[in-house]
Amino acid sequence: MPGISDTTQRSATISVLVDNEAGVLARVIGLFSGRGYNIDSLTVAPVDDAGRRSRINIVTSGTSMVIEQIKAQLDRLVPVHRVADLTMDGPHVARELALVKVICTAEQRVEALQIGTSFRARVVDTTLGSFVFELTGATEKIDAFIELMRNLGLAEVSRSGIAALARGTRVI
Amino acid sequence: MAAELTQSGAEILLRALKDQGVEVIFGYPGGAVLPIYDALFQQNSIRHILVRHEQAAVHAAEGYARSTGRTGCVLVTSGPGATNAVTGLVDALMDSIPIVCLTGQVPTHLIGNDAFQEADTTGITRPATKHNYLVKRPEDLARVVHEAFYVASHGRPGPVVIDLPKDIVINKAPYTEPTVQHPSYRPRTEPDADQIAKAVALLRGAKRPVIYAGGGVINAGPEASALLTEFARTTGFPITNTLMGLGSYPASDPQFLGMLGMHGTYEANLVMHGCDVMLAIGARFDDRITGRLDAFSQGSQKIHIDIDGSSINKNVAVDIPIVADAGKALAALLAGWKASDAPVDKPALAAWWRQIDVWREKKSLKFTQDMKRGGIIKPQYAIQRLYEITRARKQEVFITTEVGQHQMWAAQHFNFEKPNRWMTSGGLGTMGYGLPAAMGVQLAHPDALVIDIAGEASIQMNIQEMGTLAQYRLPVKIFILNNQYMGMVRQWQELLHGSRYSETYSNALPDFVKLAESYHATGMRAQSVDELDAVIHAMLDCPTAVIADIAVDQAENCFPMIPSGAAHNEMLLGPEHEASGAGITDAGLALV
Ligand SMILES: Cc1ncc(C[n+]2csc(CCOP(=O)(O)OP(=O)(O)O)c2C)c(N)n1
Ligand SMILES: [Mg+2]
Repeated sequence: MPGISDTTQRSATISVLVDNEAGVLARVIGLFSGRGYNIDSLTVAPVDDAGRRSRINIVTSGTSMVIEQIKAQLDRLVPVHRVADLTMDGPHVARELALVKVICTAEQRVEALQIGTSFRARVVDTTLGSFVFELTGATEKIDAFIELMRNLGLAEVSRSGIAALARGTRVI
Repeated sequence: MAAELTQSGAEILLRALKDQGVEVIFGYPGGAVLPIYDALFQQNSIRHILVRHEQAAVHAAEGYARSTGRTGCVLVTSGPGATNAVTGLVDALMDSIPIVCLTGQVPTHLIGNDAFQEADTTGITRPATKHNYLVKRPEDLARVVHEAFYVASHGRPGPVVIDLPKDIVINKAPYTEPTVQHPSYRPRTEPDADQIAKAVALLRGAKRPVIYAGGGVINAGPEASALLTEFARTTGFPITNTLMGLGSYPASDPQFLGMLGMHGTYEANLVMHGCDVMLAIGARFDDRITGRLDAFSQGSQKIHIDIDGSSINKNVAVDIPIVADAGKALAALLAGWKASDAPVDKPALAAWWRQIDVWREKKSLKFTQDMKRGGIIKPQYAIQRLYEITRARKQEVFITTEVGQHQMWAAQHFNFEKPNRWMTSGGLGTMGYGLPAAMGVQLAHPDALVIDIAGEASIQMNIQEMGTLAQYRLPVKIFILNNQYMGMVRQWQELLHGSRYSETYSNALPDFVKLAESYHATGMRAQSVDELDAVIHAMLDCPTAVIADIAVDQAENCFPMIPSGAAHNEMLLGPEHEASGAGITDAGLALV
């Protein structure tokens, strides 16, 4: 585990369980903007049956000291129940969903479809001149797919940001 | 079927406040809070103090809270009432003062419509408070009030806003009793035993230790200050206080080094610089304390006790973090120390004290007062005399301050023996804090002597509160060190900007004696050193509020000073000392 004084930058995936109340997302985002922390990705949705708790997943980056500080700052927000650093606490899975629109010529269509198949992307909308691919996976996989589509008529991208869980029996 | 509701939201609100032990509310009425004022009118258990500006209501509640250890309560109207309160809220946030501030709001159906006197109060105050609430359903009202008091006073204390739409306080609402626990907010107060054991081991082996204690010790209650004193005496370690921590350790004790930081004593800062083990308790290593971070106490191992985990490892990396209440951690440290038979390096400690005595010999706070008739009063001397004369009177004394040089001189020259006697705006540095804070203190301690040590510029920022003093017959003494300058800013201009005194001369000052009189108080003035004592005595003897306008040396600077961007061992000493210090770097110029 890197020491607190380590000055190298690292990426961290942090999951936060919060009361699903008005303003809670503003509190979290305000904390990041007010204190100058990065947000590389952020997702939020209710995660229990009653809709009382939400899970916020944040991908951020900074030195160990900054990331520890982010966790401590999140932890002291009143509606926050749990803060977990999935990157530090053990192996985890992180996935995001992307919708990728490609507007292309006939020759490009074949190639785009082929690449889509090899990435296990689903075609969720088709017209004579366009596709919308749906793709889930790790952030790097989605980045790679989008990169390949750039030469094949990439028109628009919508990404969910990551959802993440610890591997194995661990829960936060 | 639920019992029929008989009480309005406003009545439920007051009932909840009463159950929370609220005796005094500082407030100012307006359209959105009319139903609450109507309910206040019809009861006798809660006293309302009408301020003259909402910012002052919050500062008054801060003074009340800090001098009693209880939570201060504020009531203001929507829109401008709420926005006027924001400075006070941020002040309380920075200095960890428990406040519950009730703000009026337009009725729920108008929220978002740019209605008259609508402001997005929860949006505006989100970063200005520890937490805030908008009550949208009558059934939430009582619970939210109880929760707000819990949140304000538990963990690291702070201000909490409850935004109350007008329909919520008009319509009938149910009551719920206070609960002791909060569903998600449960700050840790008990220290980790292993960390305490490590800390004790480190402390016992220390050769050059220091205890650095801040406002967190005061927030932890008088028992924590007593434990701090016992711990320091048991160990024989030197101890220094932050601006906010003054009073947590008796200033007259020989182990006390005085305040540390930008205007701290030579010995306190050099002890911090040269120590091998630092025990930080309820202090947060802010930039006014550390000076240049990469030069801050490089050779020491650090133990940091704080109830707020986010204060630890924020600015300075520490070796033994302990998240806990200061009092509980001190009790555990003391027990651990007494139970341990690990050797203590007595010769090293004795050598450390000999070194400290050499530093003390510098007498870094010294000044020279011309005692001849007509001699110009040195501001330090005025505070020293105020201290000596009040002490001789054996009355309980509470000091508040405004912000500037006078504040630092008060911290340096007024000695505090007990906690909760010193109220100053530390984190935010809010000019205009002292007078309203003194009102709050005087209300909580009607028979005590409450003095606002002020500057002639700061006092004008909430001077309207003279009216509140008169209305409630609060005999607050305002002791103005009148140097006719925004002295602290002028000092920086002198040292950093080639003595170009841009906009810092206090032009067109009022006649403070007449001003006092027009507000039904007593005005007095000291022009030279031979008049000082008589004015102080007259001020203390006066049954009414007083403004004492003390003309002091306009050119005096506050030393020692660690310039921005400098290290502790690069401190500037005053003209009484030989040339010292490294001066200000270009990087330092950019700092505040
Ligand atoms: C509300 C506010 N505005 C501006 C400042 C910046 N400031 C800090 S000290 C100071 C001058 C204070 O002058 P005075 O009250 O006369 O005190 P002195 O330094 O002369 O003792 C100013 C303008 C501040 N701290 N607070
Ligand atoms: Mg002045």
